[in-house]
Amino acid sequence: MVSELINANPIVYEKKERRARSVPTAVEEYVVEPIDQQEVFDILSLQLFWYGLCTFKSTYYRGISKLFLLLLLLFSLTFLNHVRDIKDPEHPYSLEELKVITEDAIEVDDQQSYVRITFTPTVEHCSMATIIGLCLRVKLLRSLPSRYKVDIRVAPGSHASESAVNKQLNDKERVAAALENPNLVDMVDECLAPSYD
Amino acid sequence: MEFHEGACELKLLQTLDGHTDRVWSLAWNPATGTAETPLVFASCSGDKTVRIWEQNPSLSSSSSSYSSWNCKAVLEDTHTRTVRSCSWSPSGKLLAVASFDATTSIWENVGGDFECVSTLEGHENEVKSVSWNAAGTLLATCGRDKSVWIWEAQPGNEFECVSVLQGHSQDVKMVLWHPTLDVLFSCSYDNTVKVWADDDDDWQCVQTLGEPNNGHSSTVWALSFNKTGDKMVTCSDDLTLKIWEMDSTSMQSADGYAPWRHLCTITGYHDRTIFSVHWSSEGIIASGAADDAIRFFVEDKDGLVDGPSYKLLLKEEKAHGMDINSVQWSPGEKRLLASASDDGTVKIWELASLCTGNGY
Repeated sequence: MVSELINANPIVYEKKERRARSVPTAVEEYVVEPIDQQEVFDILSLQLFWYGLCTFKSTYYRGISKLFLLLLLLFSLTFLNHVRDIKDPEHPYSLEELKVITEDAIEVDDQQSYVRITFTPTVEHCSMATIIGLCLRVKLLRSLPSRYKVDIRVAPGSHASESAVNKQLNDKERVAAALENPNLVDMVDECLAPSYD
Repeated sequence: MEFHEGACELKLLQTLDGHTDRVWSLAWNPATGTAETPLVFASCSGDKTVRIWEQNPSLSSSSSSYSSWNCKAVLEDTHTRTVRSCSWSPSGKLLAVASFDATTSIWENVGGDFECVSTLEGHENEVKSVSWNAAGTLLATCGRDKSVWIWEAQPGNEFECVSVLQGHSQDVKMVLWHPTLDVLFSCSYDNTVKVWADDDDDWQCVQTLGEPNNGHSSTVWALSFNKTGDKMVTCSDDLTLKIWEMDSTSMQSADGYAPWRHLCTITGYHDRTIFSVHWSSEGIIASGAADDAIRFFVEDKDGLVDGPSYKLLLKEEKAHGMDINSVQWSPGEKRLLASASDDGTVKIWELASLCTGNGY
């Protein structure tokens, strides 16, 4: 069952220096703040045992093995501010550190209520791209105001079947159907569950 | 009939709440909207239900600017997943309902109560669209399993599958029968529209309208015919609408099938996926899209030099708070349009002429 790692030695990058967020005063708390790039990035920052995920070539197209689901428990998606200080020697890398998502790859236009996420699978054939994209979409669906339009895509040149992955990630009927599949929903929920401190 | 930009306005008559999830689709009962029968339509939703809405007859005749709509019935506890689409039989007696739970249910209106009289099983997974032919004798369904099924209505509300059509390489988004001929059209995630015809009880694909014949370059979500059925409009994730024409010169050919050809492309208007398009009996094309806008197009009679073209008549930005999944013109006299959205509402609009008495 366990095949060799697709990406046994991922390149790990330094986390970007965070700019300080001002602590809102009592009055400011009720002011509607525009949503910016950093906020969306924080929503999406992922703690993930990335190369572990890419170990298994079984994908949800072929059905989900229990072992695969167990691995997905390790895949967690949460706010960076919760994640960044967690020290878990077994799951050391966040999506940020692997440059799967960088702040620069998030385009936000609050005026137009538009977000575009461009993520970079670490290996060209990573079969997890559609799952990660689905998790990103669900996280944003749950976090952003409903007026937002969200496009999610893999970075140009980063995936062997780039256009097919992009098309599937942005077909809302397929997303809706996927989110009625209990196995997939469990998986996404596990991915999105807040990390324990 | 001539329509000019600025000569019409879109008036919101009512916003209908009730669904607790996105509204995917709606269908007007074609046998309503007469003097005796108030307008009725069905809407279906991610909340797994179908709602039947009826116009209040006492108010509809007296005033064009105000009408009241009520939910007359909720069809629930039958489908276990999203109800994706619904279609009335031509007589308006039966409603076919397609669901992601892989089944299609048939409902009969018995004195105002709706009873599920039949369930069609066979698709492997999500059923996405259902359509009756003009005579009400055939039903077509399609779904994620890439197949199109044709069912024949038998006495006693039985439905027998007469053909399973394979041909699309991806999930099939919508099926629609031609308004007068027993020719079936299907559109798909594989970017094509396929035309299916019956050759001596053997249904087969007689034409594929794809990118090589000026077709769409991404998912084709919906299609609609003009009143006479010699033109068709398709809408797509490629942000365009395309007009197709039946080649009338070969209409007299022996096999009875007239091929379709691309006439023109309406491009540069919607900036997100166009999910729905509907051609009114007066020739006005309405489109609803993921940009939350409804747009209306009419044939541009001035532009015949460069071939047929269509112009924007009117656009309604922010018609809904979220994606618009379906736009449908009502039967009957009034120029009413219903739109269904991810925001969980259905809105009833009237496309009104600004100047009265000018011959509309």
